[in-house]
Amino acid sequence: MKARAFDYARPASVAEALTAFEQADGDASYIAGGQSLVPALALRLQAPARLVDIAHIAELRGIAVEEGWLRLGALTRHVELHDHPLVATHAPLLALAAPHVAHPAIRNRGTLGGSVALADPAAEFPAMLLAMDAEMEITGPEGSRRVPAGDFFQDLYQTALEPGELLVALHIPAAGPGHRCAFDEIARRRGDYALAGCGVMLTMPGDIVDEARIACLAVGSTPLRARAAEAALIGRRLDPDSIRKAQSALADDLDPPDDAEVPAAMRLHLARVLLGRLLGGMAEAA
Amino acid sequence: MNAPLGSLDRPNSYIGRSVPRPNAKRLLAGRGRYVTDLVLPRMLHAAFLRSPYAHARIASIDTEAARAMPGVRLVATGADLAGLCTPWTGTLDHFKGMKSAPQLPLPLEEVLWSGQAVVAVVADSRAQAEDAAEAILVEFEELPPVTDIDAARTPGADRAASGIEDNLCFRTRLDTGGLDAIFAGAAHVVEEEFHFGRHTAVTLEPRAILADWDAGEGKLTVHHATQTPYQFQDLYSRHFGIAEASVRVIAPDIGGSFGMKLHVYHEDMAVIGLALMCRRPVKYVADRMESFVSDIHARDHRVRARMAVDAEGTILAMDVDDVTAIGAFSTYPRTSAVEGNQVVRLMGAPYRFRNYRAELSVVFQNKVQTSQYRAVGHPVACAVTERMVDLAAARAGLDPVAMREKNLIPDEAYPCDSPTGYKFEALSHQACLAKLKALIEYDALRAEQAALRARGIHRGIGIASFVEISNPSPAFYGIGGARISAQDGATLSITPSGEVRCLISVTEQGQGTETIIGQIVADQLGVAREKVRVVTGDTETTPHGGATWACRGAGIGGETALQAARRLRDNVLALAAAILQASPGQLDLRDGRIVDAMGGAERISLAEVARIAYFRSDTLPPDTNAQLSITHHYAPQGYPFAFTNGVQGCHVELDTDTGLVKILRHWVVEDCGRIINPLLVDEQVRGGVVQGLGAAFFEECRYDAGGQLTNGSLADYLVPMACEMPDIVVGHVETPTADTVLGAKGCGEAGTAAASAAALNAVNDAMAPLGGRIAQIPMTPARLLKSLGKI
Repeated sequence: MKARAFDYARPASVAEALTAFEQADGDASYIAGGQSLVPALALRLQAPARLVDIAHIAELRGIAVEEGWLRLGALTRHVELHDHPLVATHAPLLALAAPHVAHPAIRNRGTLGGSVALADPAAEFPAMLLAMDAEMEITGPEGSRRVPAGDFFQDLYQTALEPGELLVALHIPAAGPGHRCAFDEIARRRGDYALAGCGVMLTMPGDIVDEARIACLAVGSTPLRARAAEAALIGRRLDPDSIRKAQSALADDLDPPDDAEVPAAMRLHLARVLLGRLLGGMAEAA
Repeated sequence: MNAPLGSLDRPNSYIGRSVPRPNAKRLLAGRGRYVTDLVLPRMLHAAFLRSPYAHARIASIDTEAARAMPGVRLVATGADLAGLCTPWTGTLDHFKGMKSAPQLPLPLEEVLWSGQAVVAVVADSRAQAEDAAEAILVEFEELPPVTDIDAARTPGADRAASGIEDNLCFRTRLDTGGLDAIFAGAAHVVEEEFHFGRHTAVTLEPRAILADWDAGEGKLTVHHATQTPYQFQDLYSRHFGIAEASVRVIAPDIGGSFGMKLHVYHEDMAVIGLALMCRRPVKYVADRMESFVSDIHARDHRVRARMAVDAEGTILAMDVDDVTAIGAFSTYPRTSAVEGNQVVRLMGAPYRFRNYRAELSVVFQNKVQTSQYRAVGHPVACAVTERMVDLAAARAGLDPVAMREKNLIPDEAYPCDSPTGYKFEALSHQACLAKLKALIEYDALRAEQAALRARGIHRGIGIASFVEISNPSPAFYGIGGARISAQDGATLSITPSGEVRCLISVTEQGQGTETIIGQIVADQLGVAREKVRVVTGDTETTPHGGATWACRGAGIGGETALQAARRLRDNVLALAAAILQASPGQLDLRDGRIVDAMGGAERISLAEVARIAYFRSDTLPPDTNAQLSITHHYAPQGYPFAFTNGVQGCHVELDTDTGLVKILRHWVVEDCGRIINPLLVDEQVRGGVVQGLGAAFFEECRYDAGGQLTNGSLADYLVPMACEMPDIVVGHVETPTADTVLGAKGCGEAGTAAASAAALNAVNDAMAPLGGRIAQIPMTPARLLKSLGKI
């Protein structure tokens, strides 16, 4: 299929981008890497009158640590999350998840901001941002604001972004050497959308879990924080018993979709298997 | 030239050599020319409005808004095209009692599957045509869809199409007699119900057609991504009432076909009609979403099977019931009944038992039509047979390999026939199994498996013997009344410079047909391979023939080329003898030179012979007419089919918590008779295995109860990818057919025929200690977790 005809604007600044969007009377889409939007256009699932190409706006780029926060420009490519030393040090969950995101050609073009703004519940980065208590920096005609990840992902493909607003950057509390991270997912084929995925970040001074953050993907209509599973670990040793309790608690955390191909019970089962394997591996490494 | 075929120590001894494909570099360099690449002057583009319903009546069609859209040249409905094209019916006479509703390019009153093309738009660009298609208003009245094979066969069931009296397209029974008594008296009886999912070909290049009607000359030229240009020349001629010689079908570079591109598609027939109406070239290229809802699907069988064995593990009998779901009508012109027919006739084929009963029911559904796709019927027959053999072996207390050694038809027992009537000339099941057992180091692998099981690692080994149908005679389609040729033709010429042109009716879709034909011609003529140019895929220039399907290219096309080359060589030597005042018998043609047959001294070059023939015929003896072009046809004689055989092994590791299977390794030992090019045979086998493993683990067209395809995109329909595929080790046993000089049989479907069977056995072998058991492909994680009791 061929996309419907559209008008194309390539602003040089965020201010110009907001104006270009506004001028289309709401019938516009921002485009950056285009890895989800271009297929949607070709399939005519989306047919905006105007595309506002933000890929050339310098202020949307950049990776830096400022006052204990890692700032990732919205145009940060997936491949940069995989390769950049600051990401590896301060947001290791993103670096661990990056190789699981699609294929190299897609990772070279796809942007972190695009993945977050689309909010596919099976996407890796949104869930990891949720695990890390990231904040989304949003600019719009009404000004700028920061929205915590927990408030940002609202429903299936629904986020806190209002029409015309632009995701500018992601801010992540910088992790330190005390954080231990693990990520894995289960997919039918390498690079496919996962049947279930899970990221874990623990702080364990000594052998007691002080802080636990667990986020899962592909097991609900949004990325999900597994608070009950986290609670099952905090204040305990990472041993077979606490791991089993955390696995069991996932039933309270997750709300997997049910379909003929992948029943809800299977997604829950897979998330439990994953969590068990991740925690088991972390216990072994401890 | 007296050395035997396959002897590699002669000049120009190409038969049996792994020579690279001359066209590979061109295609890699991006210089391929596919139908999509073609641009003709005044060319227009077609798009189709498709039915959103699996079954509905068309109440009204309003095209007024669409006609007014920018760039739109024509909007055509079923009624507009029906006047140009006569209807077709997908039945064959030798399938007694088979029925199917007549078909037209676009429907008049009733849509029969979700995705069926309903209205055509022709515009200056494809995007404009799609814009206009969105503006067409069609009022559908939904009818009950037929989507369940059992409900479809109950008396009074809703019908999949109004033009049929019930949903049974075809039924056949085979019975050697006395089965009930044999089963009643058998020491062991095993049974299983198998489910084989629908899948589809997913060629890299989708279907594409560009029709060009020259009203001045009354000539239709169709550039068509097909493997069978002659079949389509005949069909376009007869259904559109254009003289056959005025229809030219050109199949340029083709990006994979696998049987999918030899069926009549409604869009293709519509495009011919649109070109006639517009009097301008019209192009249509199916996009991937359209491919999923309009390319033929394949398989979709439910098979209930029983096997009886005696106390020692000798197989006594098989009894099977196959119900297969096709579309709302049978595909034209090869039908949708061939697959089921081959399933029930190939069942048990490698084994000695003589007692067999089968029932086949081919059932109409409101889904995309099914038809022939690589290894038609073979994977179903093979998986059922081989799984039953494993189940019987377990019951009789025999190792799977020992069970096969005991029951395979002995290599010295040929010729013989199967209980279903197939005649086998010479197969090598035992030799292949022995070679496979050595290749995979079977005993060591079993020991490793046992050791790993103790550590909670669950690996499985699966074995599957198979036969493959190749080199079909007219017994396949001709006797059923289809104008599908079993013969091939070749025109060979020596050019004035002493090079060779070969125009042949077998076609190239990426498998290397042109390569092997060039090898055979050069080998048999006695010239360097680089001097032979092979031309295929144009009905205007190449002789009429069957083209490429059912693994006939090497066996039939190759023999045609061989015989043609020998005739041309005789002509060359006769002419050279006249020039040299020698006797043809004293001369030979080697490496482009006429030499003394004894001793090999050069007498004259082929180029010089050609120069004299074309430019200085005045110097030839009186009455010498140089015949440096010949046309030769060859039709298979002797056995109705040349069966090939082999055996596959699959080694898997099952993650019992996730249901994911890692395919560790796969082995094939196959016997395709004379091997013309070992490299290409191995790659055919490997590609076939990958498609078989795709069916085993990934590929499935899933429908909901309303007849909607729920995974019609490459994001949801999983094809096998390199990361998930194992190393595939290929070994050979060579038993040439005596029906031809060349001795070649087919090899293109062997890999697909048994890969899913070997995988099925391997996964069951891995699950056996855990009590799991599966008889359904694809073996998805959900199905495996269920059978393991994990969900």
